[in-house]
Amino acid sequence: MGVEPPAVRPGSEAVKLLDSPAVRVGLSISIATGLYGVSFGALSVTSGLSFWQTMALSPLLFSGGSQFAFIGVVAGGGSGIAAMSAATLLGMRNGIYGMQLNALLRPTGWRRYVSAQLTIDESTATSTGQSDPAEQRRGFWAAGIGIYVLWNFFTAVGALAGSGLGDPKQWGLDGAAVAAFLALLWPRLKGREPVAIAVACAVATVIAVPFVPAGVPILVAAVVAAVIGWFSHGRSDEGLEPDVDPYAEHDHHGAKRAAAAEGDS
Amino acid sequence: MSLWIWLLLACALAYAWKLMGYFVPARLLENPRMSRIAGTMTIGLLASLTVVNAAATGQSLAADARLGALAAAAIALALRAPFLVVVLAGAGAAALLRLAGWN
Repeated sequence: MGVEPPAVRPGSEAVKLLDSPAVRVGLSISIATGLYGVSFGALSVTSGLSFWQTMALSPLLFSGGSQFAFIGVVAGGGSGIAAMSAATLLGMRNGIYGMQLNALLRPTGWRRYVSAQLTIDESTATSTGQSDPAEQRRGFWAAGIGIYVLWNFFTAVGALAGSGLGDPKQWGLDGAAVAAFLALLWPRLKGREPVAIAVACAVATVIAVPFVPAGVPILVAAVVAAVIGWFSHGRSDEGLEPDVDPYAEHDHHGAKRAAAAEGDS
Repeated sequence: MSLWIWLLLACALAYAWKLMGYFVPARLLENPRMSRIAGTMTIGLLASLTVVNAAATGQSLAADARLGALAAAAIALALRAPFLVVVLAGAGAAALLRLAGWN
């Protein structure tokens, strides 16, 4: 009988936590994002990285775009230094997210160092989509920890599956990489300016390919993009909205409810 | 072996970016030019990576089944398919085009 209260308490806490909208959104985005760790794992081992190199990238680098960039350069025959440079330049935006999250969540002590590693598109979007500070915090940790766990698990699944595939081209895995990059780019192409930047950088890449070693055209495009960013006077957060909108589904239902309510009145 | 070094360095630098956001005084990073460059560079790098993976083979350009993958992915994205479906569409298109004899 003395056991009962502590047995009840954790249960009710868990129920309370699941009542939090930010935690629910964080968990669903974790599952969606974690699952595509399968494609990262499979593409990584077929692009020339070993199983353990693949399994080092997911927990240590932990930023989908940069991880795909690293293996994408290696797959194209680029050097290690070119792969590192592309991944690092693509990771710059996480610094900006870190600044936003630091202002929002004000983590202290060891939490700061853990928060930093969990700072990615999805955790930032889940957190900044909330207005209540407690919910912002819960959303960040739910998405950050959830994705970290599932992303690493599914990377391993993909890496094991990928090593058993034989000829990756036969399965169209090089096509899968193309699709993955386009899918990462797509949500950022809202409006005319980002499309113009993407086209300019794509053209710069095509022109550079015959003249410089593999992997370097990507860095040429980065320079073009940086020059555009330096001289343009557009919105300061162009392309910086995280590539996911965890609240899209939610808003959609909200809109439906609003429409239904209007119909009733 | 040397790939390991670059890989671990990439991981260290990725963490350095993230940590910088938490430790650098906000006004430094609040410079609109900094966040604008972070944004345009994200778009530019992803566009470039898409093109390289779709049309480059080493130092030459090639039109092969990967262009079909690019088209299939664009259609899937226009139809608002989730990430994994887009990736499968790209793989499926490239695999089918190769079966049909287009390399």
